[in-house]
Amino acid sequence: MKYDLVIVGGGPAGLAAAIAAKDNGIDSILIIERDRELGGILNQCIHNGFGLHTFKEELTGPEYASRFISQVKERGIEYKLNTMVMDIANDKTVTAMNSEDGMFTIEAKAVVLAMGCRERSRGALNIPGYRPAGIFSAGTAQRLVNIEGYMPGRRVVILGSGDIGLIMARRMTLEGAKVLAVAELMPYSGGLKRNIVQCLDDFDIPLYLSHTVVDIEGKERVEGITIAEVGPDRKPIPGSEIHYDCDTLLLSCGLLPENELSKTAGVELSPITSGPIVNDSLETNIEGVFACGNVLHVHDLVDFVSQEATNAGKNAAKYILEGHPAAAKELEILPVDGVRYTVPRYIRPEVMDDTLTVRFRVGQVFKNCAIATYFGDQLISKRKRPVMAPGEMEQVILKKSQLAEYPDITNITIKIEEA
Amino acid sequence: METREFTCIGCPLGCSLKVTLNNGEVTEVTGNTCPNGDKYARKECTNPTRIVTSSVRVKGGKIAMVSCKTKEDIPKRLIFDVAHALENVVMDAPVAIGDVVLSNVCETGVDVIATKSVEAR
Amino acid sequence: MYDVAIIGAGVVGSAIARELSRYKVNACVIERDEDVCCGTSKANSAIVHAGFDATPGTLKAQLNVRGNEMMDQLSKDLDFPFKRNGSLVVCTKDQDPSLLEELLEKGKKNGVPDLKIIDREELLKMEPNLADDVVKALYAPTGAIVCPFHLTIALAENAADNGVEFFLNTEVKEIKKADGHYVLTTEGETIEAKTVVNAAGVYADRFNNMVSDKKLEIIARRGQYMLLDKDAGAHVSHTVFQLPGKMGKGVLVTPTVHGNLLVGPTAEDIENKEGVNTTMEGLDSLAATSSLSVKNVPLRQVITSFAGLRAHEAGGDFVIGEAEDAKGFFNAAGIESPGLSSAPAIGEMVAAQVAASLGLEKDPSFNGTRKGILNPAGLSMEERNELIRSNPAYGQIICRCESVSEGEILDAIHRTLGARSLDGVKRRTRAGMGRCQSGFCSPKVMEILEREVPMSMFDVTKNGHDSKIVFGYNKKI
Repeated sequence: MKYDLVIVGGGPAGLAAAIAAKDNGIDSILIIERDRELGGILNQCIHNGFGLHTFKEELTGPEYASRFISQVKERGIEYKLNTMVMDIANDKTVTAMNSEDGMFTIEAKAVVLAMGCRERSRGALNIPGYRPAGIFSAGTAQRLVNIEGYMPGRRVVILGSGDIGLIMARRMTLEGAKVLAVAELMPYSGGLKRNIVQCLDDFDIPLYLSHTVVDIEGKERVEGITIAEVGPDRKPIPGSEIHYDCDTLLLSCGLLPENELSKTAGVELSPITSGPIVNDSLETNIEGVFACGNVLHVHDLVDFVSQEATNAGKNAAKYILEGHPAAAKELEILPVDGVRYTVPRYIRPEVMDDTLTVRFRVGQVFKNCAIATYFGDQLISKRKRPVMAPGEMEQVILKKSQLAEYPDITNITIKIEEA
Repeated sequence: METREFTCIGCPLGCSLKVTLNNGEVTEVTGNTCPNGDKYARKECTNPTRIVTSSVRVKGGKIAMVSCKTKEDIPKRLIFDVAHALENVVMDAPVAIGDVVLSNVCETGVDVIATKSVEAR
Repeated sequence: MYDVAIIGAGVVGSAIARELSRYKVNACVIERDEDVCCGTSKANSAIVHAGFDATPGTLKAQLNVRGNEMMDQLSKDLDFPFKRNGSLVVCTKDQDPSLLEELLEKGKKNGVPDLKIIDREELLKMEPNLADDVVKALYAPTGAIVCPFHLTIALAENAADNGVEFFLNTEVKEIKKADGHYVLTTEGETIEAKTVVNAAGVYADRFNNMVSDKKLEIIARRGQYMLLDKDAGAHVSHTVFQLPGKMGKGVLVTPTVHGNLLVGPTAEDIENKEGVNTTMEGLDSLAATSSLSVKNVPLRQVITSFAGLRAHEAGGDFVIGEAEDAKGFFNAAGIESPGLSSAPAIGEMVAAQVAASLGLEKDPSFNGTRKGILNPAGLSMEERNELIRSNPAYGQIICRCESVSEGEILDAIHRTLGARSLDGVKRRTRAGMGRCQSGFCSPKVMEILEREVPMSMFDVTKNGHDSKIVFGYNKKI
């Protein structure tokens, strides 16, 4: 099989990338989706709050997905469901498998990585205790409740205040469960503020910041959970334990980009984001392999995923039609002083779009600070932000015209400064 | 004079809002970055409302459940009533996005509608 | 009336059952859990020891070396993963290197082949990630790794295929001597057998002490482990043991046959024979201790941690054979390390004893081979497509982390002693054993169990008994 563009993943990133590639002149596109329907994890995110930026209205996850799915179908873009990509070679040969076609290979001119992310598991968190039934990642519980219609718990403790955990606190409550507490290791929440208001405060569910789970009881099914306060070293403080009789522990302790396929292809990954290192085209170190969405870095809002993926699709189309631009000067964007990383990492002033949105997250809560951008040593912009938190993405917009005024710089620095 | 504090849920910014009330009447809203914050704060003081989302079973569909939501906000105090009202609702496939799942839920005048299409098996 | 009732379907009970099935015998295995391989056999180092560690002349020494010898052929006959990766016992600069010599001598006495002591320079060529303080090591090329689940399940399946009955979810409460036989009482039922084999792991003392005045005392010795992602699987290629030192017996760092990295165990004597919980102290200690032999173990890549209980008998050696004062009651007790390595040899020994006691004849229809669940990853693309054409379920990946197809899961459910729980499927196919730890595949595996067993979704469990996953439909709990 041959396609100009293979998109690995039919979630919000893959869909938006496909639409953009089609709209930019590519007809031979194949989206490969492992699940039984397009839309990815949005299908189980039945709560509202999606699309404010993109559609200027508040949609649920399935509604947001359906708008993109319709566009894919209207454009006649090909897709394969229930199909697993088994391998991506660095020559962009994609090997995939499903029940109907068996195992097959596709030679692609370009590949967009849009595999999304997975949740950190109990094992990866090294929570001590027994290993009974009743420990779920929040996303697994979300799938069971929203897609399958089954309740995985009656009395629930949640570790981690990531958005899915907060959303599931409300969801489980509305479906008849009692959510006893949400414990968060860090001194701040990992989720959006409005989710704390709407999902915890509305239902009088307590949030314990700087707390973690120190014991899981029950050999067959969870029978009890003990949480304890942690000190600044994040180690439990003896004597601060709170015990809950409960049957369920949900985990919402962070998301990890799923880059196993990227690794086999030889894509270079960032140890901070666990996602590919990309340039202003969202292209990885492998020519013609692009990345977008949560496989690139974990986003807070799907709207930003769609924007980013649109760029990836557009850039992939450009690459297919015009080839790689002649070796151009590449500047590294240095994240320092509270900025954990940036996407993209590299920028080519000569070939970049007129504007480029650089997205990043901060490493701690900052109040009344500013995001400062330096071209070389020269301060270029300083934007005040009343509150910045690791749970929310920040951005800086770089202009090609402005960069052109600094032809001699070798890097760009983005940092957090006093306002 | 009375003041109340809220976190705006209108968008991810989550502005910290301060509302000043005089005899139950909102006299001032501060802390908002957009008009929606003002509107939200006034509403939270007088008539807090929420969208309720859920999912209900589908008979004869390709998938077992269809997601749904109240088409508009309903009073916050009725959240649980709305959830309970959906307890025994079963849709017949096919379901189209926007189809009414339950009309005039809990006498609110608001319909619960499907947020997803489900094809028949 | 059974000729033999074996209590316990761990690796020892299953090995004995399989060896007994070579005879014309009416045998059964009684297991309290919902599956075979649910106790000590499922949570251990997954090592086949070379056999230099045990004191010469002990049963441990004899059976370890014999069991190790048997593994190559057994793994071919029963189709389970087994790899002779070789083991190293490393000595650091502040340890006494004569201890290595002692081990070497013990090993020679035990009949372990090809042992040698090698110095740092040669060691680093074999194992570049050894700690900087390592100066010497005892190298045992016959040291090996095995999948304990597949070994146990293969033995049990083969025994069942050769006519041994398995009663799962059946806990023996009481054993009474009767006239020339034993009566075993389970919940609400009795099973009569001419002979009893006690392979009950940490509970073997309880059953022995019901019929014999020669009391046993089994102490549960907990071992905690951390399992690392396959990305870390090549950090070492040999099994790296430590010489006993200031930090106790030391921990091992080893690759597994499936390509992960395993670090452990701790050694803690505990009161609770169900105490398979990990502790913060235990897991922390593994991190510290492992660094003595292997540097830069990528502990950030832990995908799960677990604990198992070793059945330590107060006398220190395996307790094998007919109880002196209880004719027809055979013990296979105190089977701690090197129990997994010794299991095939224990099976051979106990089966021979039972057969002699009962005067059993060999069964010419015995078939000692068994095919494991097909692993499509080993097939060429043509073969794989052939397979998918004949059975499309092999084209549908259910567990993305370990690339497990629906076809493999269906096989796991429908074969002899098939899986009935998420963990049963996991141990047989690895679905759910990867880096996401069943986050994505568990709802799908539940659906397959519901459809194929068939069973109610509300009866699907993680590992039997009350380990239910979901309680009811939404709003109806």
